[in-house]
Amino acid sequence: MRSLYPETQYATLSQQGETAQLGMWVFIATETLFFGALIFTYFIYRNAYPKEIAEAAKDSVLWCGSVNIGILLTSSLTMVLAIDAAADGRRRSLRNWLRATALLGIAFICIKGFEWFLDYSSREVPSVNFIIKPQEAPAGELFWIFYFVATGLHALHLTIGIGLILYMLWRVRRGDLTPAYYAPLEVVGLYWSFVDTVWIFLYPTIYLVGRS
Amino acid sequence: MKAAAKHEPAQLYVAAWLVLILLTGISVLSAFLGIGVYAPAIQYGIAATQAAIVFVLFMRLKGPPSLKWIFAGSGFFWLMILYGLSMTDYASRRGWPS
Repeated sequence: MRSLYPETQYATLSQQGETAQLGMWVFIATETLFFGALIFTYFIYRNAYPKEIAEAAKDSVLWCGSVNIGILLTSSLTMVLAIDAAADGRRRSLRNWLRATALLGIAFICIKGFEWFLDYSSREVPSVNFIIKPQEAPAGELFWIFYFVATGLHALHLTIGIGLILYMLWRVRRGDLTPAYYAPLEVVGLYWSFVDTVWIFLYPTIYLVGRS
Repeated sequence: MKAAAKHEPAQLYVAAWLVLILLTGISVLSAFLGIGVYAPAIQYGIAATQAAIVFVLFMRLKGPPSLKWIFAGSGFFWLMILYGLSMTDYASRRGWPS
């Protein structure tokens, strides 16, 4: 087990942990602008070509997106339960909740991969095998470009999140995280739930627009 | 003496998760009701509510340090500036798209 002394620039472990949290919130603010600007371009396209975008969005695979939002919301729950287990010093629960969170993340990526395969099979991939349908012309392809950029960037973020959780599991095994100091886990939890929040906004943007 | 709990009870998080799932169900349902322009308003309203629940409970905006609110809020504040200034451009264009 590592020493419970703060780094030299901090007076207490509590101050060190709070600073780490605020650092992650700053990063999340930049990510809000990053994904927010991306979704803004979608709103501009949707406003300019409402029928074409809605028509193209009908071909998105609703069940994949719906199962995945359920998976991510559940993973945010398991993540917060892992953090609570760390705060209480329940190491076994901590490991189990972290494993559950990582598995849910992996399940999301697998479903996303299957969905991309379905999209490829129905010739929806711009620059690869895209076929525009008459009712989508001329702007339907814009929706699919947004779809692959947005879901690709989200999947990349989630993959990084899975890696961070596996790293946390390793640190738990090493005895790094104690009830006195578990800020690294809290910071990873903030990142994880933020990535969940991005999907909360991508879900109606991609899967519900064409069906409304 | 029993130490004070450092976190909310697990039941609160489970209840929040149930509400999140329920809201997702309502969002999906709204897409099939044929209510036109009201559907996106409902769906994005639900998304904003879900995000608020995740931020306040799962990301622990509730609790110390309270400075978190300013850090978390600044992202949305700057996003609103980005949206607002961009909209002044797009909203004032004539003959776009063409």
